Amino acid sequence: MAEPSFDSMDYYKKDELLEVDHKPPRTSWMKTPVEFRPGTWIYPTKAKHLEYLGMPNPRDWSPTDEDWKLPDNWQEIIFNGMRERLDKYRSFKVFMDICVRCGACADKCHFFIGGGDPKNMPVLRAELIRSVYRKDFTTAGKLLGRMVGARKLTYDVIKEWFYYFYQCTECRRCSVFCPYGIDTAEITMMGRELLHELGLGVNWAMEPVANCFRTGNHLGIRPHGLKDTLEFFAEDIEEATGISIDIPMNKKGAEVLFITPSGDFLADPGTYTCMGYMALFHEIGLDYTWSTYASEGGNFGLFTSHEMIKRLNAKMYAEAKRLGVKWILGGECGHMWRVVNQYMDTMNGPADFLEVPKSPITGTVFENAKSTKMVHIMEFIADLIKHGKLKLDASRNDHLKVTFHDSCNPARSMGILEEPRYVLKHVCNNFYEMPENTIREQTFCCGGGAGLGTDENMEMRLRGGLPRGSAVKHVQDKYGVNTLATMCAIDRATLQTVCDYWAPGVGVSGITEMVANAMIMKGEKKRKLNFRLEPVWGDPDEDEEG
Amino acid sequence: MKFIGSLVAVLLLVLLAYLGVGVAGLRELFGVVLPYVSVVVLLLGIVWRVLCWAKSPVPFKIPTTCGQEKSLPWIKQNKLDNPSNGLQVVGRMILEILFFRSLFRNTRMDFRGGEEKVVYGPSKWLWIGAIAFHYSFLVVFFRHLRFFSEPVPWLVKLTQDVDGFFQLGVPAFYITTFVFIGAVGYLLLRRLFIPQLRYISLVNDYFPLLLLLGIGTTGFFLRHLFKTDVVAIKELALGLVSFGPKAPVEASWLFYCHLFLVCVLFMYLPFSKIMHLAGVFLSPSRNMPNNNRAVRHVNPWNYPVKVHTYEEYEDEFREKMYAAGLPVEKTPEQAAAEKSAGDNGDDASSGTDNKE
Repeated sequence: MAEPSFDSMDYYKKDELLEVDHKPPRTSWMKTPVEFRPGTWIYPTKAKHLEYLGMPNPRDWSPTDEDWKLPDNWQEIIFNGMRERLDKYRSFKVFMDICVRCGACADKCHFFIGGGDPKNMPVLRAELIRSVYRKDFTTAGKLLGRMVGARKLTYDVIKEWFYYFYQCTECRRCSVFCPYGIDTAEITMMGRELLHELGLGVNWAMEPVANCFRTGNHLGIRPHGLKDTLEFFAEDIEEATGISIDIPMNKKGAEVLFITPSGDFLADPGTYTCMGYMALFHEIGLDYTWSTYASEGGNFGLFTSHEMIKRLNAKMYAEAKRLGVKWILGGECGHMWRVVNQYMDTMNGPADFLEVPKSPITGTVFENAKSTKMVHIMEFIADLIKHGKLKLDASRNDHLKVTFHDSCNPARSMGILEEPRYVLKHVCNNFYEMPENTIREQTFCCGGGAGLGTDENMEMRLRGGLPRGSAVKHVQDKYGVNTLATMCAIDRATLQTVCDYWAPGVGVSGITEMVANAMIMKGEKKRKLNFRLEPVWGDPDEDEEG
Repeated sequence: MKFIGSLVAVLLLVLLAYLGVGVAGLRELFGVVLPYVSVVVLLLGIVWRVLCWAKSPVPFKIPTTCGQEKSLPWIKQNKLDNPSNGLQVVGRMILEILFFRSLFRNTRMDFRGGEEKVVYGPSKWLWIGAIAFHYSFLVVFFRHLRFFSEPVPWLVKLTQDVDGFFQLGVPAFYITTFVFIGAVGYLLLRRLFIPQLRYISLVNDYFPLLLLLGIGTTGFFLRHLFKTDVVAIKELALGLVSFGPKAPVEASWLFYCHLFLVCVLFMYLPFSKIMHLAGVFLSPSRNMPNNNRAVRHVNPWNYPVKVHTYEEYEDEFREKMYAAGLPVEKTPEQAAAEKSAGDNGDDASSGTDNKE
């Protein structure tokens, strides 16, 4: 058998990864250069994607090269970029100034917990940029230098920024504990914006961005391809339930535009969640449509720059307007909801051509979404269940012992904590919470968010996934949990790896998948297969009828 | 090194006060000029810094949500950790500023490699230390108003009496004196002895703590170890606030040292991390309601960006869409006809979003 490569989880021995030393090294952090070890960094953006997007300084380069081929005036670019952002974002300016280095954030970061690198303590991650800020923008820093934590912007600083701002998943857990609410996500976003000014980014984020700009979704699925995909899902739904369902696409005049992350079109187990949406909408008779143009809920612009968030997000309202829908329904996704909740309306609104969302099934008016006009699928389903509009048989999920992973963004940039729990408790009988310091607003990242969920970054993903994995293992040992439910497409893609490594035997599932499996559909045949087409409710070959 | 440097700096300040008053007799400078200068620097400095921050807009509403948001009417909202209106934000800020809500959440990670377990326990020491320090400082500061007022307001007297409740020693020891010195000492020791904390600490962190410790100990000495002419000092204080100051000849150099360190603190404060006392009010992750989907937030510098319009998209994929039976705005024939009809016509899909 071939030796596993560094981008496979088998390459990493558990006991070696668990040997984490949280004590900092002897050399001061300013004098400890970054080491690009395979498994801890992500391939840089290919020039063609930057060119397509019209972003500065496209070129092919590698972090392991001595020379990163930075533009000649790179220092000036960073200086001007910082000044511009200090003037545009109060958050950035205040966060540069008020940290007291109390250290409360230090052991809150999953990468620090699982890796022990002191520069992954949120306070030090911010100091990476704060030190340059002090040198260039404060008098004390100019005069006293290192004593007061100021340092010159050198080539090594840029390398360090690239390494550590792509070892932050912008999960905001540290911000929950900071006495001043200093938000490392905000710092990392600024750091990445500055790096992009020099043409430094990661391909895992930027290829999806380029794809999304062109084809409407991160995966680059073209319109006819999306139609094929959804038709394929419909066939599976029919095989499982005996029910043939419609797939409304780009349908003008539909009441609702439904948008979900494209990960759900391609990668298991997200695909089953997608089938869940389709079955659900069919069952309740929702007048809705998919869009091929706005076929992405997620927004890797969030991992790139504020401008790119806006460029990609613009499709949602534009398409809602073109199709003449009344409101937008959004699927299970993490960072998509950060964008929808915190940026969309400000950037691309006001959506005055839409109506305040009203569930056509229950009549509930979603007052909390009266300005953005976009409702979260869990709010929508919770409302359906509350009004008794779904016929549910939770015992159909009895083979699952379920725990719930709060995704970072819905938890800490929105606060949608109860709806998914309410739904889960109605569609399964065995539900167990993970320890309290690992859920809700204190939830741990999957270790692969914010554009880091790629295999060449495997060591960091496993390390960053340790806190979550360890909590899953805890409920696995204690209650026999075998399913980790989550409402985020990146989670569905990355947590399976985390579970396979730290809590083998636990599978990952979307919530709507579980809803659809528990849902008794009108006219369904005797159910034997779930939406994964697994014979969980009896042998499908046995007695075809009665 | 950074600790030693800070210590030397504070000792130098003490020496300066000694040389200035004890040797050179510059009482006017240390007793009158510097106090006025430092208060002016303090006030103007704070205003200037806050204006500097306030000058930068808040383009997005980005509260860190720490509880259930306001959503469906039957789901209980956590109004203080995830506020949805101004009043609730005020509640959140009060909890944050007066009770250090976020710090109270603090946990301690315990890594048990062998068991593959990471566990988290509550960790309240930092919170206790911070609360003890800030509140004792406040009381000490408030107590000092007795020097600046005649008659002394009843609340100041009451504070003083409660603080000296145990009536131990002559003059009575104040509880807050010990709490203050103890808390500052704790904050300093944890910085020195927790390896991660020592690793991140700068002169910016050690210096203010040592300065405070210097102020605390000189104050303690003045009250309990050295004979201090309180009447003379009160005369000076009253003179300062009534703008008719006269530096007392009787007061010891130690008193001037105490005063000098306070002046340094005042002048240092606006340019240091101590500005967190004002900055916390301006922190967008705490001082904004999470009602984003209900109330639109306006970004003053929102600018048009290059987007990929539907027209451009359909132009690229029209044939395939049409062949797959997907609805299109223009059939391939229509598009071709348009193109041939007016090659000079409007190919208006410039790709620029004209909003705002």
